[in-house]
Amino acid sequence: MTDSAPPASYATVAEKRASRVRWMLLAPALAVLLFAASGPLLITLVYSMLTPADYGGVIWEPTGDAWFNVFMQRDIFDDTLSWSSAHLSIFWRSVKLSLMTTVGCIIFGFPTAYFIATRPKQQRDMWMLLIIIPFWTNILIRTFAVVELIRNEGTINTLLMWTGLIDEPIQILFTEFSILVGMIYVYLPLMVLPLYASMERLDFSLVEAGYDLYATRMKVLRRIILPLVKPGVIAGSILVFVPSLGAYVTPRVMGGGNQLMIGNLIELQFGQGRNWPLGAALSITLLAIVMVALMAYVRTAGKEGPGHG
Amino acid sequence: MTAAAISARNLRKVYPGSPDVVALADASIDIQDNEFFTLLGPSGCGKTTLLRMIAGFEHPTSGTLTMHGEDLTNLPPYKRPVNTVFQSYALFPHLTVAQNIGFGLEMLGKPKDEIKKTVGEMMELVKMSQMADRQTGQISGGQQQRVALARALAPRPKVLLLDEPLSALDFKLRKDMQLELKRLQTETGITFIFVTHDQEEALTMSDRIAVMSAGTIRQIGGPRDIYDRPAERFVADFIGDTNFVPAQIAANTGNDAQVTLSSGKTVTAKMPEGAALTGKVTLAVRPEHASIGAEAAGLLPGRLSEIVYFGTDTHFHVALDDGTGFVVRSQNRPNETLPFSTGDRISVDFAPGVGQVLRD
Amino acid sequence: MAKRFQIQQMPGFRTIAVVTFVLLYMPIFLLVIYSFNAGTSIAIWEGFSWRWYVSAWDNQQVQEATIRSLVIAFWASAISTTLAVLAALATTRTRKFKGQAAVFAMINQPLMVPEIVTAVALLIFFAMIKVATGYTGLMYLVIAHTAFCIPFAYLPIRARLIGMDLALEQAAADLYAPPFRVFTRITLPQLWPGILAGAMLAFVISLDDVVITEFVKSAGQDTLPTYMLGQLRRVVTPEVNAISTVLLGISVTMVVAFTALSKLKT
Repeated sequence: MTDSAPPASYATVAEKRASRVRWMLLAPALAVLLFAASGPLLITLVYSMLTPADYGGVIWEPTGDAWFNVFMQRDIFDDTLSWSSAHLSIFWRSVKLSLMTTVGCIIFGFPTAYFIATRPKQQRDMWMLLIIIPFWTNILIRTFAVVELIRNEGTINTLLMWTGLIDEPIQILFTEFSILVGMIYVYLPLMVLPLYASMERLDFSLVEAGYDLYATRMKVLRRIILPLVKPGVIAGSILVFVPSLGAYVTPRVMGGGNQLMIGNLIELQFGQGRNWPLGAALSITLLAIVMVALMAYVRTAGKEGPGHG
Repeated sequence: MTAAAISARNLRKVYPGSPDVVALADASIDIQDNEFFTLLGPSGCGKTTLLRMIAGFEHPTSGTLTMHGEDLTNLPPYKRPVNTVFQSYALFPHLTVAQNIGFGLEMLGKPKDEIKKTVGEMMELVKMSQMADRQTGQISGGQQQRVALARALAPRPKVLLLDEPLSALDFKLRKDMQLELKRLQTETGITFIFVTHDQEEALTMSDRIAVMSAGTIRQIGGPRDIYDRPAERFVADFIGDTNFVPAQIAANTGNDAQVTLSSGKTVTAKMPEGAALTGKVTLAVRPEHASIGAEAAGLLPGRLSEIVYFGTDTHFHVALDDGTGFVVRSQNRPNETLPFSTGDRISVDFAPGVGQVLRD
Repeated sequence: MAKRFQIQQMPGFRTIAVVTFVLLYMPIFLLVIYSFNAGTSIAIWEGFSWRWYVSAWDNQQVQEATIRSLVIAFWASAISTTLAVLAALATTRTRKFKGQAAVFAMINQPLMVPEIVTAVALLIFFAMIKVATGYTGLMYLVIAHTAFCIPFAYLPIRARLIGMDLALEQAAADLYAPPFRVFTRITLPQLWPGILAGAMLAFVISLDDVVITEFVKSAGQDTLPTYMLGQLRRVVTPEVNAISTVLLGISVTMVVAFTALSKLKT
């Protein structure tokens, strides 16, 4: 036996070494993310408080103009202030279309997820694969596929004219409705995935118990199934709502340049509009809305989740 | 005297995440060479923590651990001549049965032909010779158990640690494996340290048992000691069924004492080692060590409240006059007619020296 | 005869589900079918032909964009997967550590922040660097893609690590394997389906990206998706269908392989 004093607890030493190794392993990934994700976001925040240069870029003079211009406008002639109705209508359209997309995805997605969850076990994965395949398919391709269907010289209009039901093509494309159709189509898998995940875990003996206790189908759906899969509905809604709000490709292709959403408004500031600080401020605004939605979700998920005691 | 195979001194473990819970509270223990030693206790009692410390997966917050006098405390697991049979078996799914068994030898850098020979012997030992090239996913639970054993025995460890290895097996297989483990231990002469929460398993297999609860070792002894002479209420309660009888010490003679029961009658009872107890105590009496008889004949009068037939034996539930309950177990014999029926006034009796005074 | 009561059935659900699947796949099927159209229409069938595939193949812009897309996807998936493996090793099977929430927030940032916001942020930041250094090469796109691929590579790898029995590595250490050999002999062979799955996911995600590429690319750096986005402004011929069909084929192959890999038993 050694008679020297016992060394500092080895448990502490081991803990410290583990911590050092952990940060070394994390460093490369965090460096890339800092360089090409988090860092640029901070710079964007700074840019939103600078003065725009004439041909893009900024002049390094701090000003609140960009933030002012997000919601307000100053009349060029008499300097009066008013709400920026152009921006506000685009915000409103974005929120409205995103909410409608979410509801639309629930209408189609809920029965679909339920249908898949009630298939025999060995079939479910096959059905889910059919949902996952579009999910991993290029959003542009899927949008384009819908465009081909509904454009004036597209499948639907050609078919209708050929049958003689109409003489002139119906204008579906380049409307708010076509954006909605496109977004529901594109984001539907994001709704089905979490819904299915919560429905698959549903214990159907609870449904049996409901019927046993004289509940009708509607009552079983409303009083038993819905409360149990609520976390899935909330998760799916968030997964659909968030990207809908920031959608860029779908409204650009489906809206044809006259039905803008926030994403397109932001792009304008870096293209024709050439107001980078305003674009930066709009981006941060969009991010803020998304973060509020996400935080509201985390709150409810924390409460609704399978709690312990 | 040679140093113990494993010697733990004041091992203490407090996890940084939960500083209020003491997983292991200054446990000291000596485990001898060639011993089948069992750590027994309910889940969360610290038995697995102690085992994992011996294996090297956990490091003590304080205290030391030695093997044959050599300090193990700060050695990583791969430098300890100790092998483990995991509760989940932890067989490497991407390796065959033979590759699993040979893994330890391979890591020790043994030559190929020696590995091959030892692996062959080990598979023989656990009767798995036909399965050498199987994937571990293709064999049954019992066979996985044998492979896990062979894998841990192959490097000839000084000590083999077994972490509830039988808990995943069904009843019949578990019984077989209990005997098998005992045989392997005798044949190999390796010290086995076995962790279980199953008291019956512990009693059948062990040379010595350490009963643990709440991070503390409550009692160490042979199976008979632990069963017949539990030192504390926890041990008496955890192992087997026990009646707890309130009593008063009338005279203490060291190993024995005269205790007065609630009925006023006095009986000889055993005292726990090294305890100087006086006044009110609790007496532990095993159900099968007591009998029932006519009301005036026994030590504790009461009313027979229930008779439960169990096949091999019958349990008599007695409501004693002092308000406590007592269960007497008696073995059934053919063509037996019970002398009492429910509701009868009777008394419970047990012989001098049967009752065990508990420390707390 | 009365229909037997089906416990699990809800009225109308099956119909809506079938309609959903039809609606989900009909546009894609039509897109694929008309890529083989002999005529220039995307609505009137004029017979089977490979002509649009040939014309896409011969189109120099398509060729260049394809190669560029593949190069970026290759590097982005290779780098992001490597970094994700390291990060996953650091963040699984460990007790809660200081800064954990911040690390997760950073790794998942590309999933939470709207793509358009990231795109704009990168445009601004990279414009500064371009001015400062004068370099306008492909590296910007590779780094941008690597960053947003990290969470996609990270998730399946992490899932695999979490699903892995911790006792396996302890068993190896117990059987005298020092840490590095534990990693090469036990962890890595167990992990590789997850790594491959993560890499494929990252590859598809990079290959499909439109928004960030559109904002980050310098002049003449079109990838296949941004080239297609540009084409959609004009009169569309089935050549776009042909390109889409090929990309679709790659995605479907990858997803099926990914699903199969994730199912491999841990």
